[in-house]
Amino acid sequence: MADTQLLLGLSFVLFALGLVGVMVRRNALVMLMCMELMLNAVILALVTFSLETGTLSGAVLVFLIFVVAAAEIAIAIPIVLQLSRQRSSLDVEGYDRLQG
Amino acid sequence: MRVALALISCMLSLAGIYAMLGVHVVAVFQVLIYVGAVMVFMVYVIMLLDVRDPSFVRRYSRLLLPGIVLGALLAGALGISAIRLGAPVIQPGAGAAPSYLVQPFSVEFLREYWLHFELTSVLLVAAVVAAIAIIRSGRRSDG
Repeated sequence: MADTQLLLGLSFVLFALGLVGVMVRRNALVMLMCMELMLNAVILALVTFSLETGTLSGAVLVFLIFVVAAAEIAIAIPIVLQLSRQRSSLDVEGYDRLQG
Repeated sequence: MRVALALISCMLSLAGIYAMLGVHVVAVFQVLIYVGAVMVFMVYVIMLLDVRDPSFVRRYSRLLLPGIVLGALLAGALGISAIRLGAPVIQPGAGAAPSYLVQPFSVEFLREYWLHFELTSVLLVAAVVAAIAIIRSGRRSDG
């Protein structure tokens, strides 16, 4: 037995925490992990709505989000590694020459 | 590193919530993909990189105060909307039409949504190619 409001509230709190993390922190890896936290919050909201409406498509969408998260991490980690190798720093405020 | 461990524990707790809700497929995926693949990858990268990086010492950017205020505002607004929603109660496995156990879900998934399933494999291949391209371009610029 679970309360939809509680689950949705947890999902909103997780999303806000992830957003604050992305905005506030300077470390690129920590920002990536906060993005994962936001994706987790969205997945929790999707599962909640899917359970509430009793349809399967929410769970299918969750599967697609998992795949997208895996692809995102697989691309983002090499980018972060290259950036940290070029700038010898993980500080996003040092990445001021991203064009070209 | 503490962020990664906190995120792993958060994901494991979410997986526990999914399992208690009866959505076993999502719980299994959460543990296997997020904790098993993504976070292990993350922890490896943290171990590869230098911990004495300046961004580990000066943690917060200039946006610290507006960021926190905006996050609190967002959480408050979303929380108010959640409270207004009313409180229907989910009963796991209470005779709802779809079943979220692994076997019925898989059968239904591959019957109805097989095209999406195949398209995700295309997306994954594209991601792998992109990662290889990024690494190769980085090597070329190194030397």
